[in-house]
Amino acid sequence: MRAFEYVSPTTKEQAVALLSSTWGETEILAGGTDLLALLKDDIVRPRRVVNIKEIAELRGISFSMPAGLRIGATVTLQELLDHPDIARHYPALVQAARGVTSPQIRNMGTVGGDLCQRPRCWYFRSGFGLLARDETGRSLVLEGDNRYHAILGNEGPAYFVNPSSLAPALIAYGARLRIFGPRGTREIPVERFFRIPKSEAEREYDLQPNEIVTEILVPPPSAGMVSATYEVRQREALDWPLATASVALVLEGQRVRSARVVLGHVAPIPWPSPEAERALLGKTVSEEVAQAAANAAVQRARSLGKNEYKIQLARVAVRRAIQQAVGGGARR
Amino acid sequence: MDVRLLTLNVNGEQHTLAVPVCKTLLEVLREDLHLTGTKHGCELGECGACTVLVDGEPILSCLALPIELEGREILTIEGLMEGGRPHPLQIAFAEMGAVQCGYCTPGVVLSAKALLDRNPMPTRQEIAEALSGNLCRCTGYIQILDAVERAVAWVRERRLILEEGRS
Repeated sequence: MRAFEYVSPTTKEQAVALLSSTWGETEILAGGTDLLALLKDDIVRPRRVVNIKEIAELRGISFSMPAGLRIGATVTLQELLDHPDIARHYPALVQAARGVTSPQIRNMGTVGGDLCQRPRCWYFRSGFGLLARDETGRSLVLEGDNRYHAILGNEGPAYFVNPSSLAPALIAYGARLRIFGPRGTREIPVERFFRIPKSEAEREYDLQPNEIVTEILVPPPSAGMVSATYEVRQREALDWPLATASVALVLEGQRVRSARVVLGHVAPIPWPSPEAERALLGKTVSEEVAQAAANAAVQRARSLGKNEYKIQLARVAVRRAIQQAVGGGARR
Repeated sequence: MDVRLLTLNVNGEQHTLAVPVCKTLLEVLREDLHLTGTKHGCELGECGACTVLVDGEPILSCLALPIELEGREILTIEGLMEGGRPHPLQIAFAEMGAVQCGYCTPGVVLSAKALLDRNPMPTRQEIAEALSGNLCRCTGYIQILDAVERAVAWVRERRLILEEGRS
């Protein structure tokens, strides 16, 4: 790693003052599982690293009715998994966190870091930038090995997949992010935090270089809500999912009164599927209805050449997440 | 270069040393403290070879900065002996042939120790889950799981014998 200056503020105001308003000059350190890898690969070269783990108000989990759930940005994935209220009320979130495989990563990695981690695209990690273009401007992804790249939202110029494990579940629950910056606090839905960059100068999320995610706010579970996350992956451990789906359904009797279906690892952003949601509304969930919703979710998917198999995996993830949610099981 | 004077508690001993803040815990353990039992694997958090325990929980020393670990208890494989005797896990790994090339072994044993300290009677599935962050390319894992089960059985027998002696 290149040398950097290390600072560890104890308030969010100090943290923001220590962050540069220009990307690249400073980096935020929480769990470090992504940042240290980026530093070693020389993808980021900050002159200063700002540790945010000593900021007390970024810690802790609280749950109450009717306020709902508040998760501090530096809460580790293991702390989230160990929290009894989250296990009881938000199974899709627990199942997503459990999918971050390796106890070591769960002990270190944070909830805020899961949302802000950079894409795993191997061209990005090899220094070719977020859009992975060669010097003539051609996409290395389209011409190269795109077996793990996007099948939705892949009209370009970005083809990476969003790497967050928790975002699809948080979006399905209608969660919001609290962000603190030089102009104070703002709040946005998790769904609007992510975006597809149009140029190399843009980031894949709505955050200024001197803003920090401070809290995640999840609404209280509605009466009749069932939810689940299903992941498809190559290996059980030490691996990234190939396609995931998180669903949150509100049932009235047997019928679906409202539905959120959000796919992960298939697009440059967590991918909500209004098509799948429409296929569920007003229906009693059967295998056929779940299958129809799954088909609808990948209706607009297209292969980049080597990733056609992911369309079927995404379809399966949606169908199984729906079935798991209505089955009431909290198991993966 | 940002260099700090840090005091680290490693295997129950206090070490005060000057450390560039950009040096990882893995590098400080191996290069400054000469505790080379902790292995340098993928460097990116994908193999678990560099696993150490911090306050009893497994973490990846290749992705941790020592400056964040002052005042915490760091345990490496060199600190696993109890009263001058190898830990039951170490004996079981040697006797059951759970070690082949040996590169993953320190990390595996420490992950297993963290599990046994929390849950002295784990099922085979719980053992497999606790070790899921440690990649082994030689053994196929079967001997590793067998060795942890053997250590669990020994510790239980020893506790029963001690309890009998007291009653």
